[in-house]
Amino acid sequence: LTIIQPRVDRAGPVGTSPLRHDGVDKVTGRALYGIDASMPNMLIGKVLRSPHAHARIISIDTRRAQSMRGVHAVVTWKDLPDPGDQMLAANEQGEAPIRFKALNMIARDKVLYHGHAIAAIAAVDGQTAEEAVKRIDVLYEELPAVMDARAAMAVGAAILDPELRTRNGAAGDRLTNVALHMRVLAGDVERGFAEADVVIEREFTTSTIHQGYLEPHAATVYWRPDGHLLVETSTQAQFGVRSELAGLLQIPPSQIHVTPLEIGGGFGGKTTSWLETLAALLSRASGRPVKMVMNRAEVLLASGPAPGAYLRAKIGATNAGKITAMQVYAAVEAGAFPSSPLPRVAHCAAGLYDLNNFLIEGDEVLVNKPKTTAYRAPASPHCSFAVESVVDELCRSIGQDPLAFRLANAPKEGSLRADGSRFERIGMVECLEAAQSSAHWRSTLDRGSRPIRRGRGIAGGFWINGGGLSSVTARLNTDGTVTLLEGSPDIGGTRTSIALQFAETLGMAVADVHPIVADTDSIPTSGMTGGSRTTFATGYIAHRAALALRERVIAGLAKLWAVSHDDVRADSGLFTAGSRAATLKVAAQLLAGSGVDLSVTLSDRVPGVGPAYAVHIADVEVDEETGRTRVIRYTAVQDVGRAVYPPYVESQLQGGAAQGIGWALHEGYWYDSQGRLKNASLLDYRMPTALDLPMIETIVVEVPNPHHPYGVRGVGEVPIVPPLAAIANAIRDAVGVRVTDLPITPARLSAALAARDGTQGGATAQ
Amino acid sequence: VRRIAYHAPTTVEQAVALLATNAPRARILAGGTDLIVQLREDLRDWDVVIDAKRIPELTALTFTDAGDLHLGAAVPFYRIYGNQRIAQAFEALTEAARIIGGIAIQGRASVGGNLCNAGPAGDSLPPLLALGAQCFIAGPRGHREVAAAEFCVAPGRTVLAPDELLVHIRIPARLRGSGSAYLRFIPREEMDIAVVGAAAHLAFSDGVVTSAAIALGAVAPTPLDAQAASAALVGTTGNSESFQLAAEIAREISRPISDMRGTAEHRRHLVGVLVRRALESAAARAHATAV
Repeated sequence: LTIIQPRVDRAGPVGTSPLRHDGVDKVTGRALYGIDASMPNMLIGKVLRSPHAHARIISIDTRRAQSMRGVHAVVTWKDLPDPGDQMLAANEQGEAPIRFKALNMIARDKVLYHGHAIAAIAAVDGQTAEEAVKRIDVLYEELPAVMDARAAMAVGAAILDPELRTRNGAAGDRLTNVALHMRVLAGDVERGFAEADVVIEREFTTSTIHQGYLEPHAATVYWRPDGHLLVETSTQAQFGVRSELAGLLQIPPSQIHVTPLEIGGGFGGKTTSWLETLAALLSRASGRPVKMVMNRAEVLLASGPAPGAYLRAKIGATNAGKITAMQVYAAVEAGAFPSSPLPRVAHCAAGLYDLNNFLIEGDEVLVNKPKTTAYRAPASPHCSFAVESVVDELCRSIGQDPLAFRLANAPKEGSLRADGSRFERIGMVECLEAAQSSAHWRSTLDRGSRPIRRGRGIAGGFWINGGGLSSVTARLNTDGTVTLLEGSPDIGGTRTSIALQFAETLGMAVADVHPIVADTDSIPTSGMTGGSRTTFATGYIAHRAALALRERVIAGLAKLWAVSHDDVRADSGLFTAGSRAATLKVAAQLLAGSGVDLSVTLSDRVPGVGPAYAVHIADVEVDEETGRTRVIRYTAVQDVGRAVYPPYVESQLQGGAAQGIGWALHEGYWYDSQGRLKNASLLDYRMPTALDLPMIETIVVEVPNPHHPYGVRGVGEVPIVPPLAAIANAIRDAVGVRVTDLPITPARLSAALAARDGTQGGATAQ
Repeated sequence: VRRIAYHAPTTVEQAVALLATNAPRARILAGGTDLIVQLREDLRDWDVVIDAKRIPELTALTFTDAGDLHLGAAVPFYRIYGNQRIAQAFEALTEAARIIGGIAIQGRASVGGNLCNAGPAGDSLPPLLALGAQCFIAGPRGHREVAAAEFCVAPGRTVLAPDELLVHIRIPARLRGSGSAYLRFIPREEMDIAVVGAAAHLAFSDGVVTSAAIALGAVAPTPLDAQAASAALVGTTGNSESFQLAAEIAREISRPISDMRGTAEHRRHLVGVLVRRALESAAARAHATAV
């Protein structure tokens, strides 16, 4: 880990690496995860899922299941209220009608993907519930499945939702699978391309990808006889789960009590509710608490993967190495229901360079796959893959060093953004400079000899990052410690990264801060943990809470010491007034029982988000005979604003890079010709293992976000963005072929190599 | 998950009697790395499980005076790759044993289980075929021997009758001037099922190939004994041209399918690459030990 810092005046806790507050519980197994939840008298729930990708449900007969000994409840769509046209502020992918969420939770007249829930059963144990699920008789009328965006847009394609009409489109009132059309234009693209000496255009496809969190979805729900709903679940968004359940079940949010348990990975996939609705229905029907846990196949089949997409990128540049125009089209698969990261495509594609002329268009398309959900920097990996692959080709075409070209075209303060605004202080130039002077970039690569060829690739990534609503409650305890309630579930070490900021502002030891992730009754509404927002936004609110708490202490001491408020000074945790002095601990004791309120609750929307940039360098080794690629060296450079807790920051960079490498080389949903998912296991959904990755070197660049007291930018998402193109560019460098379809499997690369050599013996794509 | 009856006999006779009583709903359990998963995922409806690990013949690993290897069917792979004599005599088998699953799997999974599971991609099967292994089977009607090459008849199906038990596998003694190798192609370093597996076994005398065997995994419904390819090698000097020819024949006779693990075309291509590489490795080993 290398940290490139702008200044050295750092004495406080921020930037140090104390023992994490949740560490002991986690390494001793004491921490409670979703799967550990238990309530007295609990039943186990299981789900009947569709074996078909697209079919009409003729009938559902649950009688055989219902009559089984040990079965306490069977629910179908009939048990879920009709939500009408109500809207749901779902998650970072935007607002959508509750109807879609309801239909995704449990199918009504049609199943729209392999794995779509049809019915759920609660029984005395899992085995009984599983046996009962098999005794539900469903009659289907199979329909043709549409499995990718372009097929779904083709004339005559099967229609998933006959009521769907394209938003923002010119299509008019006709049947379509296109839910949304997007178009963003800046400057004069035609003139820009006319000014270019070289224009390169390529088409790209990416597969449906799963986040791959190790902990499966788990929810335990009790619908009490008084109408209150107790929910214990693994989620990034306890308040999101509450509002979704309120909408889906049509009960007031104040009657829903959601406790977020520890979370074994989410990456965006746990920003929305999954099993909670079915568990609630089963609990209401049985009168008992119901626990539901997905198995691995269910997680892959029926949670919310990241979309596959088709992209076309066209970029023009002068021979001197200046980009003159960019045009990108993206067809993004929403899955079976509308809402997708399509609106992000404009930002993500245009944000990679300093551009005056760009046109970004796209369509959000329904296909017979699970409804997509957020995954680390949604849509940005797709955009970087397309744009950075084309830029690599441009550099080759005009004979420019890819790093120098990127420096000459890097976005900076004042560069145009897709929404028409201008960037404030951002750190892409600093990332590129750090990459340029890195040991990796300066090293000489042994190019290998047949059949082993090696190459190096570089690519950049951008992510907008999120701000939004955060809440904390800080309470000074009589022993001088602070209990810090946070509304943000901790998926990336945010208990400690927030506590560090709080401790520095108040001038106390971080070990004396006790961070707690709060349930929905214990703290005001808070946005989800997602969008790389928590250390930035909840950290900011914690900082403000520390300032407010300091004021309370000052006020209390002023009263106690009979001096005016302004006479009490606070500096680095020491409170003084003339000859009187008290540390925070002493002040806490002095004020104990005095009636002075030493607790602060703050909830606010946090503006001033600092966008994130990253540059990754990849060295790969290709066996030209087999088509197999190994990553042999990898460096991730990123502007993090400020590394609040450097080991977490490094882990985020490494984890994101690892997931991006998997996306580039191995991962992808594999459907048969009927649209059935054939690799719903971690055996055949191939994520990279530790053996498949080199040690990922990290260079952390700190260009402080001017709007944050500690300069924090979001960290967690952008590291997944560059690997796709970095790997593709490295393969291009190694063997001279450009692969534009992900994942770059040995079969695909072998086929491309055979085409290069004009030989048989490779293989066609898939 | 289902309720199952568990038996742990201590003799082959008891095991055979239990099989005969409970066939066809009974299944032999060795390491359980396939069987328990199949039961858990409800892929099979066996409800009687007969643990073979307490039967001495099934856990014995011995060499005869002549140098033949007797491998009890329940011998786990860690004992195979941990055995120096096997490593010297039957390199291909050691190479396969070392890459089946991770450490935890290798501590349980057995060579007999790999055979009886009859997966087209089972890694120990091509080496057993190439090394000329014989399967020793016990049943209520007595004993019989079947060549490993004949043992699997379809994916998940073997020559075993429901009341028969695979007792041990015999691999004939290593010939002077011979060597073997097993190569597997997977896209990752670990965790994957073979996309293609290729075993080669070569014996030389006075610089000429006197016997050759090539066996392939994951390119046909059962492990494939590529006889036409190996036949082309006998009588040659084992030079690169003959290896290339054998590789091309092997590629021709392979019958792969496309699935989530690979495409038919790429598998066929890989057969050529892996057979050539396995032959080169086997030949190098044969030459290294010829003197």
